[in-house]
Amino acid sequence: MSEFFAMGGYAFYVWGSYGVTFALLALEVFLVVRRARETKA
Amino acid sequence: MSATIKWYWFASPQTFYPLAGTLARGCAVAAALLAAAGLYVGFFVAPTDAQQGEAYRIIFIHVPAAWMSMFLYVLMAGWAAVGLAFNTRLSAMMASALAPTGAMFTFVALWTGALWGRPTWGAYWVWGDARLMSELILLFLYLGFIALQAAIDDPRRADRAGALLAIVGVVNVPIIYYSVQWWSTLHQGASVSLTSAPRMAQTMLIGMILMALAFWLYSIAVSMLRVRCIIKEREA
Repeated sequence: MSEFFAMGGYAFYVWGSYGVTFALLALEVFLVVRRARETKA
Repeated sequence: MSATIKWYWFASPQTFYPLAGTLARGCAVAAALLAAAGLYVGFFVAPTDAQQGEAYRIIFIHVPAAWMSMFLYVLMAGWAAVGLAFNTRLSAMMASALAPTGAMFTFVALWTGALWGRPTWGAYWVWGDARLMSELILLFLYLGFIALQAAIDDPRRADRAGALLAIVGVVNVPIIYYSVQWWSTLHQGASVSLTSAPRMAQTMLIGMILMALAFWLYSIAVSMLRVRCIIKEREA
């Protein structure tokens, strides 16, 4: 398991890529859902 | 004949509004399933790369994000051009709805590229590299489009100004795509193209295609939700 997260020594680069990408996807969904709620009100 | 009538019917923002909601829900579910499958293949099925070790696994988001960044720009400029030519409100709204998602994927392509470049090239960023610079210009085109539209109060004038910028900027997309052939760049050439067999392991290709489909459906879902907001805000 820890071997998986270590990514052969490239953990920072691999998880830094995936982390930021999925955080941005989640942020965009959050922002557009909030905008939809605001426009409905 | 009936098909023609139907298209014009959906071109009305009011009739398109509920359809966009249904599309968004279906595509969001499909995107989540495809992303789960893509991540599974990418991390657990695809083998370790002989040269790059595990660092290459960034490919499963980097390449699909870069594809989306270019594809969404062409789509955005296409809708903008239709809106300019036929003066259809919904087309211009679609262009505006795509811009933030395109900008986001462009940033993701640059970000993951930097984190991939560091362990493989020894540098996060190389000023003057044709592929990197043309992709950075793409980000500025998206941000310029968004800023220009935000700066103009009258929505129809904002649509037209944005459309001109988007259409002129399309010239950058083939430059990004062919930059690796036209100039000497650190960036590798295309691993997957329409004219030759993919130069990578089958499972790597499958993982990449699954993630590309996931990003595609995600883009449809989120832009449909955003176009609903724009319809509500403008037609209210």
